[in-house]
Amino acid sequence: MDDGKSTLIGRLLYDSKSLMEDQLEALERSADITGGGQVNLANLTDGLRAEREQGITIDVAYRYFATPRRKFIIADTPGHIQYTRNMVTGASAANLSVVLVDARAGVIEQSRRHTYLTALLRIPHLVVAVNKMDLVGWSEARFLEIRAEFEKFLPRLDIKDVKFIPMSALLGDNVVDASANMSWHPGPTLLQHLETVHIGSDWNLNGFRLPVQWVNRPNTPTNPQLHDFRGLSGQIAGGIVRTGQKVMVLPGGQITTVKEIHTYDGPVAEAFCPQSVTLLLEHDLDVSRGNMIVAWDHHLPGASSDLRANVCWMHSRPLQPGKKYWLKHTTHSVQAVVTGIDHRLNISTFEEEPSPPGLGLNDIGEISLRTAAPIFFDGYETNRLTGSFILIEPGSHATVAAGMLFPPTEVVRAESTEFVI
Amino acid sequence: MSIYHLDHLQYLETEAIHIMREVAGEFERPALLFSGGKDSICLLRLAEKAFRPSELPMPLLNIDTGHHFPELNTFRDHRARELGARLIVRTVDDAIARGIALPAPGEVSRNRLQIPTLLAAIEEFRLDCCIGGARRDEEKARAKERFFSFRDSFGQWDPKNQRPEIWNLYNARLNPGENMRVFPLSNWTEQDVWEYIRREKLAVPTIYFSHRRKCVRRLGQWLPVNELVPPKPAEQVRELVVRVRTIGDIISTGMVESPADTIDDIITEIAAARVTERGSRADDKSSEAAMEDRKKAGYF
Repeated sequence: MDDGKSTLIGRLLYDSKSLMEDQLEALERSADITGGGQVNLANLTDGLRAEREQGITIDVAYRYFATPRRKFIIADTPGHIQYTRNMVTGASAANLSVVLVDARAGVIEQSRRHTYLTALLRIPHLVVAVNKMDLVGWSEARFLEIRAEFEKFLPRLDIKDVKFIPMSALLGDNVVDASANMSWHPGPTLLQHLETVHIGSDWNLNGFRLPVQWVNRPNTPTNPQLHDFRGLSGQIAGGIVRTGQKVMVLPGGQITTVKEIHTYDGPVAEAFCPQSVTLLLEHDLDVSRGNMIVAWDHHLPGASSDLRANVCWMHSRPLQPGKKYWLKHTTHSVQAVVTGIDHRLNISTFEEEPSPPGLGLNDIGEISLRTAAPIFFDGYETNRLTGSFILIEPGSHATVAAGMLFPPTEVVRAESTEFVI
Repeated sequence: MSIYHLDHLQYLETEAIHIMREVAGEFERPALLFSGGKDSICLLRLAEKAFRPSELPMPLLNIDTGHHFPELNTFRDHRARELGARLIVRTVDDAIARGIALPAPGEVSRNRLQIPTLLAAIEEFRLDCCIGGARRDEEKARAKERFFSFRDSFGQWDPKNQRPEIWNLYNARLNPGENMRVFPLSNWTEQDVWEYIRREKLAVPTIYFSHRRKCVRRLGQWLPVNELVPPKPAEQVRELVVRVRTIGDIISTGMVESPADTIDDIITEIAAARVTERGSRADDKSSEAAMEDRKKAGYF
């Protein structure tokens, strides 16, 4: 059903003067051909022919716009249930999600599912945009009714910040400019809210983690000083690292010291998540892609080959317990087998259905896994980067699941001095 | 706000470096597409940031349509030498001569013919991954593209069946013959590219800056007069102060009247622009789905 999402984005771009003349021309051209002369703002984002044909969004489209206050990346994600996986793709890294509700229909399954996914993915801010207010006579009573419906289930979800905004994307009320039709709404408009909402650091600055992506070893150094250069390159997935700091290299468990933090722009004394750096260590250890360097402090990661996680299943071939998949976690891929499906979520009731036979496309459930070798991880709630994984089906190489790990029950154990070089 | 904060460009940079290194870590035989244009100039700097002091772990590849601006090719060759990188050039002319690319009767544009030329180069060097400088803000089919864009053994993009891409976990697995196109600049806008060029003090080809050039007015654009674009009898040749905003082939790239002769001027000009970058590219205007159709066939 068309809840007007692409229209809303079109309106946001249009009213914030982020549309260019040739884009407007193209809009008008397609209006003449297919739209009976009426400009369809949704055609701005529905970039695929199949989407324009069907008037729906199939895959995520990214839009970029800037106001004097902020730069925005909009991930325009499909609402239809069969494209939940595309929605998760668009939403996984977001700071804020906007869930659109048709004021006539009120809370439907889709609104609940998207709100639930916002909570599951731990997107810190939610806006509930109650759209098509023009079709309910700009009724404050209707708006409050929908808000009350949401507030019945919101307490069961862990979302820190929720804002309700009544609007008409088609007519532009409360998108960029305040509505003259709904003076009962004290504000803000959607754009005002987007411009001012506090996006605190999404990055975890406790517990240094560097998944090694690539070993930087110059092959034919013309510079003799580079002869012994052996850098460990990666993007910091948590915390802060400083030169001279004690670190542990996993899976080996060796303790060493950071000798230098190398960047193209010169060495730095410290670096933090999510910077990309190259570390030089005091000792010449066996470290390769897929290993992880962590701070030798009280924020050690978990270590286990028995894992529990929430997953969103993303493939039409259902999850089969006992089948082997590739699990990609940070820069490390390991074989994994699903040992059990603990429950499946009923999205309409938020009830957990215990021990379902499988998980199908777009199902969300809690599973147990066993990996061929231990992985080093954090709970998703403390670190999105070291707490997440994908499952890849061997053979087809399809990405079949997105997983969010439960907090570890056991952290890495360093056998004290035994590992210290 | 703590000091542990990245500004927008720094964030885009670390995201792109991460992607570059994933390519180096996951693929056997990657290449980086380098044309000498502004986007691929940024790509090269990001590759330096990702891999120095090592050599770049991939060759540079350029598909020369034979209709390139000469300034662009000069810059391309110079920059590759400067970096000590291996540069592979494959030409559409050669592909036509070998019967790999076949111009339709009367087809002047080399745009479509780049596709078989590129696919032949991928086969010749058994490339499993090509890094490109495409950005999602350029065009609405591009806006649908993933960072890691899977292509089947015919080089085709299937927009309805893309791999989900979650957090920063990229599924790079391929079967033999399949291929990945990777776009580290996906989240960059035209403005971001120029601001990065300014911050990194990167050199760009001179045609991006204002200069005098003979032009003719054709289909609402100022086209540069040259041996491939001779003036037609009824056309009046004007010498204008122009620059290019985006570089395509010399027969289809519209020149923009502009006095901008520094990077600062260009940034100011773009901020005030009322048409998109691709508004000066005739190749994208042919139909609403022009880019989607080319991408499905193996184009970038």
